[in-house]
Amino acid sequence: MTTETEDIALPIAEKRKGPLIYRQSVFTRITHWVWAICLFFLLLTGLQIFNAHPTLYIGQQSSFADLQTGQKFDNAWLELGAVNTDNGPRGQTTLLGHSFDTTGVFGMSGDPANPDFRGFPAWATIPSWQDLATGRVIHFFFAWMLVATLLVWLVASILNRHIADIPPTPRDLRHLPRDILDHLRLKFEHGRKYNVLQKLAYSAVFFVLFPLIILTGLTMSPGMDAAWPWLLELFGGRQTARSIHFLVMLALVAFFLIHIIMVFAAGPINEVRQMITGRYRASGDVPFDASKGDKK
Amino acid sequence: MSQGKLLLNRRRLLGLGAAGASTLMLSGCDWFDGGLQQGEGLRSTLEKANDLTYRVQRLLAGQQALAPEYTEADIRQGQRPNGSTDPQGDDYLALKANNFADYRFRVAGLVETPLEFSLEQLRNMPAQSQVTRHDCVEGWSCIAKWSGTRLGPILDMAKPKPTARFVVYHCFDSMGGGLSGPEVYYESSDLIDAYHPQTILAYGLNNQTLPVSNGAPVRVRIERALGYKQPKYVHTIELVDSFAPFGAGNGGYWEDHGYDWYGGI
Repeated sequence: MTTETEDIALPIAEKRKGPLIYRQSVFTRITHWVWAICLFFLLLTGLQIFNAHPTLYIGQQSSFADLQTGQKFDNAWLELGAVNTDNGPRGQTTLLGHSFDTTGVFGMSGDPANPDFRGFPAWATIPSWQDLATGRVIHFFFAWMLVATLLVWLVASILNRHIADIPPTPRDLRHLPRDILDHLRLKFEHGRKYNVLQKLAYSAVFFVLFPLIILTGLTMSPGMDAAWPWLLELFGGRQTARSIHFLVMLALVAFFLIHIIMVFAAGPINEVRQMITGRYRASGDVPFDASKGDKK
Repeated sequence: MSQGKLLLNRRRLLGLGAAGASTLMLSGCDWFDGGLQQGEGLRSTLEKANDLTYRVQRLLAGQQALAPEYTEADIRQGQRPNGSTDPQGDDYLALKANNFADYRFRVAGLVETPLEFSLEQLRNMPAQSQVTRHDCVEGWSCIAKWSGTRLGPILDMAKPKPTARFVVYHCFDSMGGGLSGPEVYYESSDLIDAYHPQTILAYGLNNQTLPVSNGAPVRVRIERALGYKQPKYVHTIELVDSFAPFGAGNGGYWEDHGYDWYGGI
């Protein structure tokens, strides 16, 4: 083996070890894992609740086919349903008027001999069977948990100034093109602070996606609509709020997938260690600073 | 050779690990599923979040905050019938055959003066109409105009006793079937919702007489709650200090089937 191949085989961070820095406070670490649990249950029970009426609309209300004429004003934009065809029933997803055969996943899934007619398949919902009541019980429990944990994090992060680590500064944004190129080459900076793409992603989650998904969730509550009628004005109606709630869910799932990919790309042991012990192995160009609690 | 042994061992170890993990996951799921049955500890713990929701929403909305009202132009379709749409009880069929001329709306339970009204008497009481959004727990919404008379003044006439805490709404229709047989629909609310300015005994829908499919002759509208809190075919309201004696004791047909009692979310 030559030194060169060894160089390629080793992750970049291992090439020249920087100091072992203390990067994540105990509040950041605990709230991170509580959110992970909350979002897991919120997603799977959310899909259960969606399945009770697997159609999304724009506006205040939902259009239904008239019982006599079959006609309807149509404000649906997504429907996970099933249709009868010459080859038997098929799962069908209708998105903005275009229909797709999604048998096996959306609309119809499970054992082909004895299929379930449901929006999302059993493996994507809690409970796995159709049970709206239980889905709601779990969903609202973890919704409160998410909000309570966010408040703990917000107060702690204001006090320990972690909150300032998240929004990108104008200087960060000037580094954006270089940071994108670095990410594309899988060359990661392991600094004391987040890089600009991380800052943008976390800012989107904390300051856009979380507030949006909480407020659109509240807009679906008739009790909250009486308490805070501005919610309906803000989102353009209860059914639009339900649609936004769903789209933000998709955005959070996308964030989760990228988050996990980046953990693996940037060095899973180092990244997971920082979220458990708070300690993070910085890149070689980060100077050792004992006053910041660095270790060798 | 030693490497092969090592690989084998590692493979076996991985296999054992995977088997162990899947057993753990399966038993975890079993434990979770078992705990989710009604009345089980895990579910009762999770359901505490619903009490919190009830308290916080009552705090935020107060007693008087109104459900949003719409205009008649927002009525785009008929009110979607759901749940029971054609009760088959003998008592109900007899009343229906006579166009509800013999129907009586009763106020009973913890009141100083039990009361009884014919449909005609209800229609002659001060009327109010509201165009509101009906939100089903399933997720859909439908805007319609509901006309009727406020429940609050009727309760005042009956003079609730100080011990009265809830109102139970008794209905003609039955739900379900199956092994447990049909169960009579009922609902309940706190006195705040019963006295709420938009809570009406509705006998009209979209400028027509309330049709059977939507709850004729009288449906209670509790506008700040979901559809299952809008009982149809109501014949008696009973003031109580506890709804434990009714149904399975959870305050309503759907509540007995796992849904939350508050129903405001």
